[in-house]
Amino acid sequence: MKITFDWLKDHLKTNLKEKNLLEQLTNIGLEVESLGDITSDNVSFKIAKIIKTEEHPNADRLKVCEVYVGDKETKKVVCGAANAREGLITVYAPPGAVIPKSKTKLVAAKIRGVTSYGMLCSESELNLSDESDGIIELSTKYKKNIGKSYFSKSKSTLIDLSITPNRPDCLGVRGIARDLAASGFGKLIDLKEKKIKSKMKQTLKVQINREKNQGCSIFGSCLIKNVKNTESPKWLKDKLISVGQKPISAIVDITNYVMLDTNRPLHAYDADKIEKGIVVRNSKSGEKFTALDNKNYKLENGMCVICDDKGVLGLGGIIGGIRSGTEFDTKNILLESAHFEPGLIRNTAKKLNLDTDAKFRFERGVDPLSIENGLNKAGQLIKEICGGEISKIDIQKIGKYKTRNIIFHLELFEKISGFKISTKKMIKILDDLGFKSKKNKKNLRLTIPSWRPDILQEVDIVEELVRISGYDNIKTIDPIKKRKKSTLSKSQKLFHFLQRSIASKGYFEAITWSFTDSNYNDYFKDLKKEIKIVNPLSSDLGVLRNSIYSNLIMYMNKNLDRGFKDLSLFEIGPIFTGSNPGDQNTVVCGLSAGKKSRLSWIEKERNVDVFDVKRDVVQTLIEVGYNSNKFFIDNVTPNYYHPGKSGRLFLHKGDEQVAAYFGEIHPNITKKIDIKTESLVGFEIFIDNLKFSKKTLKDQKSKFTFSDYQKSERDFAFIVNKDVNAQDLINAVSSVHLSLLSNIKVFDVYEGDNIPENKKSIAISITIQSFEKTLNDNDLESINNLIIKTVENKTGAKIRS
Amino acid sequence: MSELKKIKDEFLSKLKESSDLSEINKIKSELFGKNGLISLQFKKIGIIAESERKQFASDLNVIKDELQNLINLKIDKVENLEINKKLEKEKVDITLPERSFVRGKIHPVSQTIDEISSIFSEIGFSVEEGPDVENEYNNFTALNTPDNHPARDMHDTFYLDEKKQILLRTHTSPVQIRTMLKDKPPFKIIAPGRTYRSDSDQTHAPMFHQVEGLHIDKNINMGHLKGCLNYFIKEFFEVDKIKMRFRPSHFPFTEPSAEVDIGYEMKDGKIIVGEGDKWLEILGCGMVHPNVLKNVKINPKNFQGYAFGIGIDRLAMLKYGINDLRSFFDCDYRWLNHFGFDPLDVPTNYRGLSR
Repeated sequence: MKITFDWLKDHLKTNLKEKNLLEQLTNIGLEVESLGDITSDNVSFKIAKIIKTEEHPNADRLKVCEVYVGDKETKKVVCGAANAREGLITVYAPPGAVIPKSKTKLVAAKIRGVTSYGMLCSESELNLSDESDGIIELSTKYKKNIGKSYFSKSKSTLIDLSITPNRPDCLGVRGIARDLAASGFGKLIDLKEKKIKSKMKQTLKVQINREKNQGCSIFGSCLIKNVKNTESPKWLKDKLISVGQKPISAIVDITNYVMLDTNRPLHAYDADKIEKGIVVRNSKSGEKFTALDNKNYKLENGMCVICDDKGVLGLGGIIGGIRSGTEFDTKNILLESAHFEPGLIRNTAKKLNLDTDAKFRFERGVDPLSIENGLNKAGQLIKEICGGEISKIDIQKIGKYKTRNIIFHLELFEKISGFKISTKKMIKILDDLGFKSKKNKKNLRLTIPSWRPDILQEVDIVEELVRISGYDNIKTIDPIKKRKKSTLSKSQKLFHFLQRSIASKGYFEAITWSFTDSNYNDYFKDLKKEIKIVNPLSSDLGVLRNSIYSNLIMYMNKNLDRGFKDLSLFEIGPIFTGSNPGDQNTVVCGLSAGKKSRLSWIEKERNVDVFDVKRDVVQTLIEVGYNSNKFFIDNVTPNYYHPGKSGRLFLHKGDEQVAAYFGEIHPNITKKIDIKTESLVGFEIFIDNLKFSKKTLKDQKSKFTFSDYQKSERDFAFIVNKDVNAQDLINAVSSVHLSLLSNIKVFDVYEGDNIPENKKSIAISITIQSFEKTLNDNDLESINNLIIKTVENKTGAKIRS
Repeated sequence: MSELKKIKDEFLSKLKESSDLSEINKIKSELFGKNGLISLQFKKIGIIAESERKQFASDLNVIKDELQNLINLKIDKVENLEINKKLEKEKVDITLPERSFVRGKIHPVSQTIDEISSIFSEIGFSVEEGPDVENEYNNFTALNTPDNHPARDMHDTFYLDEKKQILLRTHTSPVQIRTMLKDKPPFKIIAPGRTYRSDSDQTHAPMFHQVEGLHIDKNINMGHLKGCLNYFIKEFFEVDKIKMRFRPSHFPFTEPSAEVDIGYEMKDGKIIVGEGDKWLEILGCGMVHPNVLKNVKINPKNFQGYAFGIGIDRLAMLKYGINDLRSFFDCDYRWLNHFGFDPLDVPTNYRGLSR
């Protein structure tokens, strides 16, 4: 909502300065969004006439115009507008002028070799409207003003307020003035409503159809006959220009002025173009009309339309139609002032994707009791400016506005706000805001002003009182440092631990969108269902991610393109398994590319491989507190992993839920994505599948056992079939006698000479130690034999002699 | 006696001259070997006259100790010399690079979330979470934003179905609803997380982070809200003084509502928080609307309290001088390295938020 201090002063008597105004507006919740200077420093924009146009020698679309700028002076201006033509009166900006829209300062500059001294402006460049097709076309009446400033000099700054959707009353200058006055910023000027005095009847018949979901409940109108539509007088044009509106014609300007001044949208019809009478009804599916924005709309069932005998004239409360629009030669006017239902207006506008000033106001709620006042005010202005004769006001209604009352309990104010104000002050504030109050012992019986649809219950009254008396009065009560519940849950602690544990292993934490490109998602979605976003920002962000890999690999690729070679990224966050709330899992996903020890003088360089990521996964899970002796690993992995170089980890054998996957990314995918790196490996840890131990650190630390008896380290080499896993061998060893055996390590794997084909040798080192005694040779010998026998039995291995 | 002295003098001079380990060992065995000169003298003790025996034994022991010490010293010295000679050959260029190491980083948004959690932990808030995909009811209707409410225009929403019933949450406020439906009051929670709006330009990203706060109890009023946020802002920005402005605003789910600005100034192109006369909006808050409480079956006559929503990315930008919101999600290695945090820098109450 754009206002100026000058306009405010039509309604507000105050001695305070503009600086205080800006502060006070913000203090009462009318946030000052920006200060514009459409009207300051703009005297340099002059009315000028194009006297000659020539084609630009070096550019087809440009013209070189000779422009008369007054005082017997012409300027050469290069212009790209299609409507730049000889004889056109338009607006000229000289070098040095600051263009309001772009805030750039003009300089005389060569455009394709021809120097342009200034420019000819479009409405959009001057922030007058969004019209950017061509330069401004002024009527021939401006001829006598050539050389004069287009804008009149004004000292008032343009103030752009961000009005919250609950305050439609502040979409009119008067509403803002009322709030300011209540807060002590001056006095609201009492404007006596001048009623139309006429004997002439409104002869056009208006009828509101009584039907279900009728969007219009009251339709007020008057006829103004024999008007002469003209340009607006200077005061009115200045007023509109001062808030960034473009003057059009007196009739349109007056309706706009009344709307901006009091938030009462009006609509003026050319009465001669209305066939017989007006009917307000619900539209039928397929009905069409052309609106004032020159667009054709096809209507659905149940939209509120204003019609005549020939069909739709306009969409009630949203936009009028071309067919009945007023023009300079309009003689007879029907002025409409009506009440429309906010919800229905909003629905219709949304369906048709229409946004207008009237719609913006009606969907928030326009004062239903302002209908007559709007007609009085606009009707008389039209008569004053355009002449003619006004009829009596005709009001058709199918509903009645009911005043709302609230019993406000006085003690609620302090209960919510934490501070006190006197009952007298409360009554004063509410009175200033237009509430009528009747004081009882412990409460106020309040009548809500018709322009405040946002006041629905007691707490809304509290808001008014705190707001107007000032948020500065709210005390600062220091918080108490007391904790009744642990800050993080077990799973949240696990999340944080994993996050920092992975980062400590050389991975950079990335945060990527929760959505992704479906092409990338397809590579990694495995058996999951694709979840489409109905209205994505762009097609490459069209689906929710089924895996973190899709984004991570995309960004890994970008970094490789930047010239980085050896890089590890990870992300911890949601992946989506379905489109219902809760169909998501939290995953830590890491990706590592390139080599280890590249260009090292001391270490041999090598590609990152599956055992690097296996270490990261296993080490992390051990750090979290899981027993790696219980881990079970196999090679069943999703199809985006290299089938031979990837693994699946369970915390315990027989678990149903996978704790992690790790491995090389499938070569087909890296090829298709065209990722340029020597090697690409990754892992996924599924946090939701990890069971957190019930033991706290305190419980875990309680028992400390160790043995000081002599220990013995034994090596065994077994010949096994190639398809036997190292894990099988270790499990077989572990099954022997767990308390005696520890530190079981594979230290060599060998195939080749001296080993039969289809066999391999696996060498294991085992530490044997008792908690009860020093083992003698006999003991050790029998344990050795037991180990060999067990392993041979369980795995088909043979001890290598 | 003279014989002993003679041995002593002879070997002292011998030892002085020798600097070779094998030579010294030879001398050692000449003296203390099975038939060494000193060993032989010891065998004499039994056969010399009773009257001289005591003196002889004493003299012999003195000489033995003297020679033995000398030999040991000599051996030490020679051995040292030899080791030093050997080490001299093993010398490396110590300015050559160390073995390679890796170092990862924590994203500034994660670090900021941990900082926020740490601060609110101190005053008794616990952390709650909610799903990213929400239903229309939790995201809007339950929060007193019914269909056709113009406030919905401020939330450009991503939908997952044509009926617009399932969406990506536009704020963390639905966690309020989930939390209050799940448990009984009092509530004192924060809920950090991802939020989504179909809006994208230099200052808006389609995904960003918010932290929701909710404190519901008996008699929690606007003073508590102001005190809580005042405390948070001061702690978060690690400054003693903060210029903070509460001003009225409107959110459908709070009444009264406020927006909070903090004072700042620009110095050398960087934002300095807490000083200056410019204001920057950082959060929205208010007293939870009675309609919201009714929607979660809490009687607003018995319980009341406040809620707030803070943009986490915005806070991180302000605190760490990051200019571009989009860069948070670009995953540029250089950016992550520059603005990221060492994983060991865990924000805690006792260590403080940062070093």
